[in-house]
Amino acid sequence: MFKYIVKRLLLSIIILLGVSIIIYTLTRLMPADYVDQTFSSKVQSGAMSMEDLQRYKELLGIGDNSFMGIMKGYFGWLGNMLKGDLGRSFKYQKPVAEVIADQMWYSFGIAIVATILQFAIAIPLGITSATHQYSVRDYVTTVLTMIGIGLPSYFFGAIVIKVFAVDLGWFPSGGIVSGGVTYPETFGGQVTKFGDMCWHLVLPIAVTVLLSIGGLMRYTRTNTLEVLSADYIRTARAKGLSEKKVIYKHAFRNTLIPLATLLAEILPSLFGGMLITEQVFGIPGIGKFAYDALQFADIPFVMGYNMFLAILTVIGTLFSDIMYSIVDPRVKLS
Amino acid sequence: MKDEEKKVIPSEEVREEKELAVTAETLEAPTAAHGEAEESVQEETKEVRELGVAEETYKEMSPLRLVMRRFFRSKLSIVGIVMIAALILFAVLGPVVFNRWGEETVDKGDYYSEDVNYYQQSDGNGGEVNVTEVVEAEDGINRLADPSADHWLGTDEKGMDVFVRLMFGGRISLLIGFIVVILETILGIIIGGVAGYFGGWVDNVLMRIVDVFNCIPTLPILFIASAAINSWELSEDVNIYLLMVFITLFSWSGTARLVRGQILSLREQEYITATEVMGFSTPRRIFKHLIPNVMPQLIVSMTLGLGSVILYESTLSYLGIGVQPPKAAWGSMIALANRPEILNYHVNVWLPAGLLIVVAVLGFNFIGDGLRDAMDPKARK
Repeated sequence: MFKYIVKRLLLSIIILLGVSIIIYTLTRLMPADYVDQTFSSKVQSGAMSMEDLQRYKELLGIGDNSFMGIMKGYFGWLGNMLKGDLGRSFKYQKPVAEVIADQMWYSFGIAIVATILQFAIAIPLGITSATHQYSVRDYVTTVLTMIGIGLPSYFFGAIVIKVFAVDLGWFPSGGIVSGGVTYPETFGGQVTKFGDMCWHLVLPIAVTVLLSIGGLMRYTRTNTLEVLSADYIRTARAKGLSEKKVIYKHAFRNTLIPLATLLAEILPSLFGGMLITEQVFGIPGIGKFAYDALQFADIPFVMGYNMFLAILTVIGTLFSDIMYSIVDPRVKLS
Repeated sequence: MKDEEKKVIPSEEVREEKELAVTAETLEAPTAAHGEAEESVQEETKEVRELGVAEETYKEMSPLRLVMRRFFRSKLSIVGIVMIAALILFAVLGPVVFNRWGEETVDKGDYYSEDVNYYQQSDGNGGEVNVTEVVEAEDGINRLADPSADHWLGTDEKGMDVFVRLMFGGRISLLIGFIVVILETILGIIIGGVAGYFGGWVDNVLMRIVDVFNCIPTLPILFIASAAINSWELSEDVNIYLLMVFITLFSWSGTARLVRGQILSLREQEYITATEVMGFSTPRRIFKHLIPNVMPQLIVSMTLGLGSVILYESTLSYLGIGVQPPKAAWGSMIALANRPEILNYHVNVWLPAGLLIVVAVLGFNFIGDGLRDAMDPKARK
């Protein structure tokens, strides 16, 4: 086990190196150079010469866009990263790690609530739909959850905002706190502020949950169907156990085994934020910050964010493999 | 007497009718003896049915026909087929039939843009007068028109017909979907096939490459890539081709894994040893004897993949970095809803595009699910 983990961690480093090379090269090819954008007016008015601009770019390590220049930039970035320094974000004028750590918690708050709700709704749905295979109930849940898979988040977001925020006026259309309101630094003030934030987050969380139930529900349904056709279920039925006991005592726990593999996907989605949903609802989470940084070609932040996601994916996959071998003793790690 | 007659009819139709009668409860009852007869029916009809089936057991059926038969038994897959067929007709033939407006034709004419303002004024005697002011400006372009006989779904903010643009958007979405999925599968088959067949260090190296692509966050990297493509200022068509290449590049890893896993298990089977003994060449063994056996799973993953590629494309277009205006794309049509007045007062501009995306993804998912159930030998009861 220990040997396996060490081996996997070493492999992960190689994988992450590959990931960083690809992302860095592509990021450097991006247009809308941050420096060009910020100083274009100064260059036009003559306050800055093209040479100054070029020198400034050299200073940031993004002056030379030839192959060798990109290589040099990459190794510079890599060296700093190994020292634990992700660089300074061009756009936010703060260290990248600090921006990520600051904004991550909004996204995490939404994601943790959404994930819990998602599991609480999708697993029972998946199980009933499997035990009542081909019934009306099965068809209705299947069709509804499949619609959830097909709805693009920005489109569903637009509908929800139009109906619940604009037409009905039940919820605010975006942002994290009401504009123009200041909350006192007392305990009561903070509680009111928290309540206000929750009120703002109802719509985004609802959208996230409704759109993500589908995948998990389908997955649970397939697993349950598989388990229900296993020999030990037939044995349980043959022993004369009630259908309830067969399903909830014998089948249910085994249907959860493959869910352990989902850890690999959950980890990045918990901390990584949602690029589109946060954008649509104007939530200052890490997803929205990353989206803005992408438009600015803020290389340090884009690199930091993508590597953060890649690391989460790598750790998630490793976790899920280990978890899988723990919950299912038939699986051997090698 | 009716039953007697039915016996003679080739059982295809009989079964159709029986199925309609099947309810959830009868499903749980013991099933008929034959593998094809999944649904149990009431006692009287059961005999007839078994007779009908018994005749049929003498008929030889190719595996393909068996799969087709199981596929069409599920109502959802039929719904899926209808949805996708309708969508393809709409996108491919629509613009030919409905050729009044082109993809980028702006409706020009004697149009006025109207600004309506409401005021309340007092008339000096204490009463109130409501004033409605309509400011008309000569514009020459029929912008944001409401649905009418002329423009079935109105026009967008540039005066282009929404209904026609939906068709062209469908063309581009389906085209990108099909091409990307085909490219993805070819790449996946080659890399996964080679890795699975040779094993050892080849497998190790190729699978680490797959891992790398698997760990790259898809949406941000596609964002970066398409922003880069747009900055190269190529022609519109080349842009779209490059977009397809990049979507493929960052989504083939799943297919490669699937192929490799299947090949690893198939490789150990006797018939592959037989091909070795018979002295077949390696490419022939891989592509003629191994890959065809992976095809069922591949076809399923391709159909399901179509839906997700269409979602990626429309997301990129929504963000303004996919298909570039004035070319039509569903995503960029929804993006118009970012302007509050269009979101609230011109629902006809953005809502249909989103519904079409849902129809496309839903249709492909229904078909994919149906195919999976039909092709899974374990699913046969």
